Amino acid sequence: MLAALTQLLIFQLIGEVLARGLKLPVPGPVIGMLLLFATLVVRGSISKELQSTAQTLLQHLSLLFVPAGTGVMLHLHRVADEWLPLLLSVLISTLATLIVTAMVMKFMLGSKASDGESA
Amino acid sequence: MTPQLNEIWVYLSASPLLGLTITLLAYQAAFWLYQRSGMNPLANPVLIAVAILVAILLLTGTSYQTYFDGAQFVHFLLGPATVALAIPLYAQLKRVKAMLFPVLAGLLAGSLTAAFSAIAIAKAFGASLPTQLSLAPKSVTTPIAMGIAERIGGIPSLTAVLVIITGILGAVGGRYVFNLLRIHDPAIRGFAIGVASHGIGTARAFQVSEQSGAFAALAMGLNGALTALLLPFLLSASGKLG
Repeated sequence: MLAALTQLLIFQLIGEVLARGLKLPVPGPVIGMLLLFATLVVRGSISKELQSTAQTLLQHLSLLFVPAGTGVMLHLHRVADEWLPLLLSVLISTLATLIVTAMVMKFMLGSKASDGESA
Repeated sequence: MTPQLNEIWVYLSASPLLGLTITLLAYQAAFWLYQRSGMNPLANPVLIAVAILVAILLLTGTSYQTYFDGAQFVHFLLGPATVALAIPLYAQLKRVKAMLFPVLAGLLAGSLTAAFSAIAIAKAFGASLPTQLSLAPKSVTTPIAMGIAERIGGIPSLTAVLVIITGILGAVGGRYVFNLLRIHDPAIRGFAIGVASHGIGTARAFQVSEQSGAFAALAMGLNGALTALLLPFLLSASGKLG
């Protein structure tokens, strides 16, 4: 648990240093994720400890968004003023994104034989 | 309040202990309700926990800053959790490789739809320009979205809130949309929900299946990177930026 957590923090740290050092528009943790992914691909295996730590952390991923979400209280004023465009924009755009992404993928998969069905 | 209780409150309200504890309590209460509802997406635990916390903070007159001094310990874990998404992704490597082109096509189409439909709809209904620009990165995971908002002239903290709302909407609505479209492949369902509603959608996808979750995590990472690279460039090309 401790070694795996340290490993995750080290990858985040490397990601953070690269993002700032190279002025990349992508945040450190995402670069850390890509680097860890590349490392796992190269190594071809994954330690049990890392696997179970990741599982514990991701099981409660929702919890980690709660503090940022509570920040809505800072914007109650603007949200009250512009609630209609905000609501419609977020609602329709999110539905459109779900539909467009899924349909494009379905179309692409369907066009090269439906091997997605069995997989 | 008696003077003694008052003293205790003064201590607690200034200490990070309270913010951290109520975050965990509110979330567990929300998660209990979510489980009791049979994991109904409408009972999204983030939504319920945030509602409980905002109500408590407003009723006790506690500032968000004071609350966040405690809650930041939870918030901090978003970093290592994001890194940890590499692990389920790796577990799905074979499937991702087999679906490479559909994945990239879905990503590009979904990413552009997310940003530009949000701007267009907000504009059509009379939102101010800073509000429109705050909406543009709403489908991207919070830390990336805030960075993009800052760069394109939106309001980063408003973006953070819109990102959360978008995440909840996607997590709540995804199941109904996919069932309506007759899309049952957990890879497609996961990927689309990751493009549209980032980490909150990913969290929901993991609760449904490991494979959905892995594809959602992949989509979230790719969409974050693509939007960060593409959006500032496309907006300046279309004359939204000076």
